[in-house]
Amino acid sequence: MTNIPAKTPDLEKIAAHYKQQVADLKRRVIICGGTGCIANGALKVRDAICAEMEKAGEKAVIDLMSHEDHSGETYFSKSGCQGFCQVGPILRIEPEGIFYCHVKPEDAAEIVNVTLKTGEIIDRLVYVDPVSKKPRRHEDEITFYTRQNRVVLKNCLIEPDNIEEYIYNEGYKAARKALTEMSAEQICQKIIDAGLRGRGGGGFPTGLKWKFTLASKGDKKYVICNGDEGDPGAFMDRSVMEGNPHAVLEGMMIAGKAVGADEGVVYVRTEYPLAVQRMRNAIKAAEERGLLGNNLFQSGFNFHVRVVEGAGAFVCGEETALMASIEGKRGMPSPKPPFPAERGLYGKPTVINNVETLASIPYIMRKGVEVYRSVGTEKSPGTKTFALTGHVANTGLIEVPFGTTLREIVYNIGGGVTDNAGHVTGEDFKAVQIGGPSGGCLTPDLLDLPLDFDSLKGAGAMVGSGGLVVMNKQTCMVSIARFFMQFTQNESCGKCVPCREGTKQMLFLLDDIINGRANEDTLELLEQTAKAVQLGSLCGLGKTAPNPVLSTLHNFREEYEAHVYRKICPTGECKALARPEIDAALCKGCTACVRKCPVGAITGKVKEAHVIDADKCIKCGACKAACRFNAITGI
Amino acid sequence: MQESVEKTKAMVQHLAAVNAILEKNEYDPGRLIPILQETQEVYKYLSRDVISYLATSLDVPVAHVYGVATFYAHFSLEPKGKHIIRICDGTACHVKKSTGIQQHIYKRLGLNDDKRTTDDLLFTLEMVSCLGACGLAPVVVIDEEVYGQVTPAMIDDILDKIIAEEKNAKGEE
Repeated sequence: MTNIPAKTPDLEKIAAHYKQQVADLKRRVIICGGTGCIANGALKVRDAICAEMEKAGEKAVIDLMSHEDHSGETYFSKSGCQGFCQVGPILRIEPEGIFYCHVKPEDAAEIVNVTLKTGEIIDRLVYVDPVSKKPRRHEDEITFYTRQNRVVLKNCLIEPDNIEEYIYNEGYKAARKALTEMSAEQICQKIIDAGLRGRGGGGFPTGLKWKFTLASKGDKKYVICNGDEGDPGAFMDRSVMEGNPHAVLEGMMIAGKAVGADEGVVYVRTEYPLAVQRMRNAIKAAEERGLLGNNLFQSGFNFHVRVVEGAGAFVCGEETALMASIEGKRGMPSPKPPFPAERGLYGKPTVINNVETLASIPYIMRKGVEVYRSVGTEKSPGTKTFALTGHVANTGLIEVPFGTTLREIVYNIGGGVTDNAGHVTGEDFKAVQIGGPSGGCLTPDLLDLPLDFDSLKGAGAMVGSGGLVVMNKQTCMVSIARFFMQFTQNESCGKCVPCREGTKQMLFLLDDIINGRANEDTLELLEQTAKAVQLGSLCGLGKTAPNPVLSTLHNFREEYEAHVYRKICPTGECKALARPEIDAALCKGCTACVRKCPVGAITGKVKEAHVIDADKCIKCGACKAACRFNAITGI
Repeated sequence: MQESVEKTKAMVQHLAAVNAILEKNEYDPGRLIPILQETQEVYKYLSRDVISYLATSLDVPVAHVYGVATFYAHFSLEPKGKHIIRICDGTACHVKKSTGIQQHIYKRLGLNDDKRTTDDLLFTLEMVSCLGACGLAPVVVIDEEVYGQVTPAMIDDILDKIIAEEKNAKGEE
């Protein structure tokens, strides 16, 4: 690597250098290095395999840049999040493309002595399809992957800490072209033509945002990458920053040229330590190669990037609050206009884009408008990443074209809805929550709705940042609404009274419903308060905070009514409303429940049906857990 | 007398670390958040004294520093336990019953909604919004180590291990 000049990088030379390095390798093993797999022990697996290799007299290398000659070595690279977190740690063995899941350090010896030596597959470690129960030995046989269309996540298989591999995969060529051959106006126009819309939630056309910022006069402008992904249930941006940090940087450089900014800030939430580290590594590597700094590619264009860590405030995902936070203040939103494009960070024109938006930019610049528009829908072109979680067989990170239906996502990619015990049953689907605390619920009748920015808005939900939480029939929708309300109530910054006090009142009302204190006025009051909060709040947090309540009220009103009027929770999740009873026909009088009841509320003779004393019962559910005959109902 | 001398000595020692942090951040009030983050790493929390010391050093009102420190969830104005247990209560973890895990730890460590730190200052339990490892729900992070698909039995094993280690460390002293 020493023979590459530090300034004015020769991308072709770097790519050739990388190519020559990997050509000598015997094999490549890719271990998933996303937060999920690392939590499951991915690095321990790698170290165990390396140790076994040494024992077997084989050469292993972890960092390609550590030395030059790699002939005969096996390269253990880590990748970004491969998306299928649930079956992690994931191991891919090249060139055969073998896909191993749930790999443990104990498997190391067998992997080294069998698969790495002969290419033979160890059946115990391959993925088994949850529906057909058939083994899937390669990635291209796994429905979770084959049904996706990976663009932004495609490069997540490369080693995120090796800038050479990114460059080998056409990296920084788009930036070079933008810097040396295109005018700012041309870049803006290209992004407008591509129809790229902001992935952070609102779906505003990115190119227009750039054009406005370009038009603002200012001696200093900023580009901000919004990596404050605070939505509970979303981790797309984390995965992109961890897996493909250079694409984010390249996108920022191009944005910088397009709006005339020479400084970039990546704002990452502090809960994502790995993303912070990978972004910092990437910046350092880019600086060393002359890809960030002054007079880039001899174009006269300067660009510097730094990382700023958040400190745990959801509202900072709102752009004006985020800028206040970067300036070291309380992260409170301010009224728009003025928009950041006119007066943003430190009062200067600023463009703020989401991580995924920025990571899409190099692809659009390289492949052109036509290719980009060839997938997705007319008004929402391209692909979108979603975090698919909750009661679904395959949880993880997915990328699909806009316009894909919910059915495709839940049943084909997700492998179907599971019950509380984790089994796919085929009839458990109740709803999908999309868009986090700002979004809404989609019901089974919307399974065939093509998902895009506009169709979701029409259905009372929104893309938001792209969290898709699947819920089964055992999930109480009032509790879910309360969960989101508590979240936004906690995160309300307190600036606007309707948001600060209104969310609190809404939470009280939901608590009344859940605890059986609601009366006939409660639902109406809840709806009125929700509308007041929507109308009277300044920023997106308050404006959208009532959405989960309104959407569940609209779609699952009968469930609310059951809580309010009949004082029962149809799913049995709300403990305060539970009325446990023993079904005399099923009770065998085994006394198991009597022994488990902590308050002595159950009485009855041996081999005769038992009864529960409702006054004594504390509704803990211990009896239900103890009963082997399913005789206890109502809890 | 002796006691107050010791106290001042300890404080001066501590302040050396804070001064280094301020120095590194060029006494820039615009860098208040990283300054608070680094200071909290030293003390584990932000005491009244430290807050007013920072305000004086940065030449901003104490109320401003206090305002920022109370705004962000990451900052704590109370002493925390040696081991921090963070339970993720993001949507995915919530529907996979993270509150059950919370109740289990409450019971196990004698904590409740108002009492988050054990009396021996060994553990602090926090509920945090999404940690971004939703695929592994429910998720618990104990001292930066992420545990996925957590069960009460798993929690018991981890806590037992930490408590045993602490006992051993004490015994060796």
